[in-house]
Amino acid sequence: MHKVKNKDVFKVSWTYDKAPESTDHIQIKKQYDLYIDGKFTKPIKGKYFDTINPSDNKKITSVAEASDKDVDKAVKAARKAFKSWSALTGKERGKYIFRIARLIQERAREFAVIESLDGGKPIRESRDIDIPLAANHFFYYAGWADKLTYAFPNRNPKPLGVVGQIIPWNFPLLMASWKIAPALATGNTVVLKPAETTPLTALKLAEIIHESGIPKGVVNIITGAGETGAAIVNHPDIDKIAFTGSTGVGKYILNATAGTHKKLTLELGGKGANIIFEDAAIDQAVEGIVNAIFFNQGHVCCAGSRLFVQESVADLVIKKLKDRMKRLIIGDPLDKNTDIGAINSKKQLQTIEKYIKIGINEGSEIYQPKCKLPKHGNWCAPTLFLNVSQSHRIVQEEIFGPVLTVQTFRTIDEVIEKANNTPYGLSAGVWTDKGSKIFHLTQKLDAGIVWANTFNKFDPTSPFGGYKESGFGREGGLHGLKPYVKFE
Amino acid sequence: MSRLDIHKTYKLYIGGKFPRTESGRYYAVNDNKGKLIANMCLATRKDFRNAVVIARKAQNSWANTTALNKGQILYRIAEMLEGRKEQFIAELIVQGETKITAQKEIEAAIDRLVYYAGWSDKYQQLFSTVNPVSSNHFNFSSLEPVGIISIIAPEKQGLLGLVSMIAPAIVGGNTIIVLASESKPLSAISFAEVLNSSDVPGGVVNILTGKKEELISHMASHMDVNTIVYCGKDEKDMKTISELASNNVKRVIFYKKTNWDSDESQSPYFIEKTQEVKTTWHPTQV
Repeated sequence: MHKVKNKDVFKVSWTYDKAPESTDHIQIKKQYDLYIDGKFTKPIKGKYFDTINPSDNKKITSVAEASDKDVDKAVKAARKAFKSWSALTGKERGKYIFRIARLIQERAREFAVIESLDGGKPIRESRDIDIPLAANHFFYYAGWADKLTYAFPNRNPKPLGVVGQIIPWNFPLLMASWKIAPALATGNTVVLKPAETTPLTALKLAEIIHESGIPKGVVNIITGAGETGAAIVNHPDIDKIAFTGSTGVGKYILNATAGTHKKLTLELGGKGANIIFEDAAIDQAVEGIVNAIFFNQGHVCCAGSRLFVQESVADLVIKKLKDRMKRLIIGDPLDKNTDIGAINSKKQLQTIEKYIKIGINEGSEIYQPKCKLPKHGNWCAPTLFLNVSQSHRIVQEEIFGPVLTVQTFRTIDEVIEKANNTPYGLSAGVWTDKGSKIFHLTQKLDAGIVWANTFNKFDPTSPFGGYKESGFGREGGLHGLKPYVKFE
Repeated sequence: MSRLDIHKTYKLYIGGKFPRTESGRYYAVNDNKGKLIANMCLATRKDFRNAVVIARKAQNSWANTTALNKGQILYRIAEMLEGRKEQFIAELIVQGETKITAQKEIEAAIDRLVYYAGWSDKYQQLFSTVNPVSSNHFNFSSLEPVGIISIIAPEKQGLLGLVSMIAPAIVGGNTIIVLASESKPLSAISFAEVLNSSDVPGGVVNILTGKKEELISHMASHMDVNTIVYCGKDEKDMKTISELASNNVKRVIFYKKTNWDSDESQSPYFIEKTQEVKTTWHPTQV
């Protein structure tokens, strides 16, 4: 019998066993077509592209690439469907949306697995956050469909018409639900394009939408890359563009739609400040820092990517943070113990690695825990940069990866000024046990979402969206209806 | 012997002061018979930029002025305007209004100020929400001013159009730079005198006179302006504004209506358009 000497017991390194989620029950077709006018149809030019599993860079399936002709077909279908869909009573519209919510819930595990396969995020997150939130979002807005007049006192809200929606790859199904649910509840019809690296759950959603029996043409889901997105933005018969993605593309859309009648909602980049005061509950704050920047591999527009720690507790917080980072499990997205999954694409990994180099070249001190990264696929160790200053590019620019910059501060005024010194204004976090300090800070921070003693929480009832160059319009909650209606 | 009248010199209104344009340029405003009414300052990009710096300095403390106080200040503007009604009527008549339309315009302008004074401590309650999130958090969404707004005021109603733009913007805690009607600018500068004697802190409202074609591009492109409001129908202007505003994702608001008389020309939605929604989360579990 193998004997461990008593004094060596605590030296044994405890590791988790593998706990992979089963993939037996999921169905992925060999090839996916475009969902237009209630049918899965082949792209006019016959082009397809591969969608890749970022944890091993193997092909999962192939997906149609929509050309401008396909976009036109989808817009025509949506236009045709608009007349009867918008004339339907809110009560009936709502029932279709409730059905969609229920169907997602029934197939939640399948969606979670596909989300993690296609996008690389840990199954724990897709299972517990992305998919339930997506279903709940439909459920929330379904209930609004027949109550819209209550949302706008003294006004008579009317739908806009055909809405073009372009979504990113970081929360594929969740972003699809954020876009589609309020648009349908208010009586609009939709042409939605998921990101090219994560099209699968949106296509599965198309199946569900089809099953719901919603009239054909009300929702059209087409896949493709930037060119397909541009064709949507520039299509003359679209009344509104809702876009979530980078500030750079957001500015392109602003220019492309200038002088047209198109309405816009833009949810763009961020560089969230996460502020830890000396009177915060430090252990909780450290968990908050980890959740703020390493959630979803840092592929989060509202990530707390700039940490500000009050000088008096900086050494302690940084030490605890480093210890915590050593214990993060990086690897197989389908493993239930995984904390940090795969970087979404090779391209994004290159961007992150570029910024890590920039950080080092700018003279910052880098910290990465020793961790074994899988051989294949796209991986990045959680990264800290210490000794950074406001002018550093890694402090100013959105990295969209598990990279955190750490600065210290002494006074409240100083940290407010530093936190607001960015063109972005999406999110911020404050950690302190003092109530007046919380409210002072939450009022002074230029951000659309402020998390106090928490971070990266989302809910269908809670409006989300930015100040300044992080975009405009809100998604979620009562405020999320407004971008989809006009008043007569 | 008859007494010689004293003519008023119309200047700009920046930071609670009445400076001339730094450029020394002017443009003539004539009545419909072609007779000179006044020489107005032809404000420049530099005047505009100076006004933005001053508006930025004034913004924080104006936003932090209590809602009650802001409401009282707006009401005070109405009081001051009421007291100088006759002067405004005379000025409007010089600019081409009849006695009846002039009287209607000034009275509507006064009433509009009272209307928005009343909204000062109410619109927040209308547009804020407490959100029933499905976790142990207290979550609420409230309004905050966007910050600095540049406004191209309506061309036709030099006073009522101007007031209809200024009141909802400042009652919401914003500070503003307004370009007055190019053809009917007199009441704008006289209104500045009213503002200056109404406890409105310097820098909250800044009024320029000049040419739209010269100033619009700067008002749309300035990186420290958060929102631009354009009143008018010129498609080319609107396209230019949207394009230039994109460089800092400025919020763009177009008002195409030309008549600001009716009750539909006022609503809390005009205030809401100049606001951001901020959502705050806090755990409730101890």
